[in-house]
Amino acid sequence: MTRWVMIADLRRCVGCQTCTAACKHTNATPPEVQWRRVLDMEVGEYPEVKRVFVPVGCMHCADPPCMHVCPSTATRQRADGIVTIDYDLCIGCAYCAVACPYQARYKTDKAEFAYGEPMESEKKQFDPKRLGVATKCTFCSDRIDAGLAKGLKPGVDPEASPACVNSCIAQALHFGDIEDKASNVSQLLAENQFFRMHEELGTDPGFYYLWDKK
Amino acid sequence: MSGFGPKPWIQQHWDWRAAANFVFGGAGSGLILAAALALPLGPARAVSLPLGLALVALGLTCVWLEIGRPLRALHVLLNARTSWMTREAFAGIALFGVTVAAFFRPGDWMEIALGFFALLFAWCQAMILRASKGIPAWREPKVIPFILATALGEGAALAIVLALAYNMPSPLAYGLFALAVLARAAAWMVYVASVAPKLGGAPQAALVAVTPVLLWIGTFAALALVALAAALPRHFAMLLALGAAAAAIGAGWHAKRTIVTRASLNQGFALPNLPTRGAR
Repeated sequence: MTRWVMIADLRRCVGCQTCTAACKHTNATPPEVQWRRVLDMEVGEYPEVKRVFVPVGCMHCADPPCMHVCPSTATRQRADGIVTIDYDLCIGCAYCAVACPYQARYKTDKAEFAYGEPMESEKKQFDPKRLGVATKCTFCSDRIDAGLAKGLKPGVDPEASPACVNSCIAQALHFGDIEDKASNVSQLLAENQFFRMHEELGTDPGFYYLWDKK
Repeated sequence: MSGFGPKPWIQQHWDWRAAANFVFGGAGSGLILAAALALPLGPARAVSLPLGLALVALGLTCVWLEIGRPLRALHVLLNARTSWMTREAFAGIALFGVTVAAFFRPGDWMEIALGFFALLFAWCQAMILRASKGIPAWREPKVIPFILATALGEGAALAIVLALAYNMPSPLAYGLFALAVLARAAAWMVYVASVAPKLGGAPQAALVAVTPVLLWIGTFAALALVALAAALPRHFAMLLALGAAAAAIGAGWHAKRTIVTRASLNQGFALPNLPTRGAR
């Protein structure tokens, strides 16, 4: 079995938001919709202050609450763990959005563009199916599927990897199959201390944060 | 979970339209339940059934106005296996069918079916909140008894008014109302004691501010007015019952609106550990 997961190395992330820009470029998300965003946190009090950058988005949980609450079965889970939304089934009730503990879901009711009128690139990528329905990070499943069809390895070959991972200037983001003990992500998790966000809620998220060596 | 991260914020996905479903749906199903339990056959019961259905329909219409793709509304029926929203829709359909049948052909089994489906509808509403893992104030299990008790209390209040309007005062309805609003007050206190400390800030204050309204107006004042209504002649009783119903229903609606729109902080983000910097 395969389970695709993502890793963010918090020691490496510099908060440049290149992943956010790459995601927006690849997936043509409208203004204020960021399937991959980076939180900019200030922690502590002067003079003991730290700044931490935390990439967030859909965690592609193994037990996704968004899927269980979805009344239309629009939200589903693939065999490889990726949580998907069928835009033709979704009714836009936003129940998934309030069930998600990671604020990963968006709903845009009307077409919006960066500068009011759509630019040529926005016109080309505009998808009316995404209006009035829930949207979120797909782990770039179309790139993964196309890459696998060509015999490429997601997480290793850029053509088969999510756009955010490809774009990361600090190699803070990694992608791979956690069920494969020899994969890049399995190796990273074996060598480092990690946590997952809100693990206590039992969603079994597929997004790991590295914070120190073992 | 304690940790480092930005503070949670109020969810923006469900607004007054979603709250209206809990407000009207709860009162409507509560009225049908109260009618099944406490109203004898007659004009008051005959009016209470369509009125209850109208309230449930009004709530569902409000939700329909909120969804992004209203023409696909029937897709709501596709996931009875796990979604409480789908189950609420099926319970609503069953409630409509049974209520119409009970209106034309009342009988003991019909009363049981009425009560069952009205309770099921209110239960589904409570579970919709309970299943929302992203909102701590909703996923708290103690929200369930409150939603059920307030539905019954609001329904019983309407049942008392209807019974008096048709000069058929029902001692059973008075008793049901007293039990329901007392149970509601207790459920609210337990719920707030459990949830409010986890919220903090304005959402905590919003929940705490509901407590005196629910206790003094929605419970004690309403009970006092109903007690007087039970003891006085009809034309005084009607006015007092109307006041009691307004107090009990208004407090319940205020509480539900607060839970859905004002106490609905999301989960936020929290890091249990900060990244280690530099060489180690």
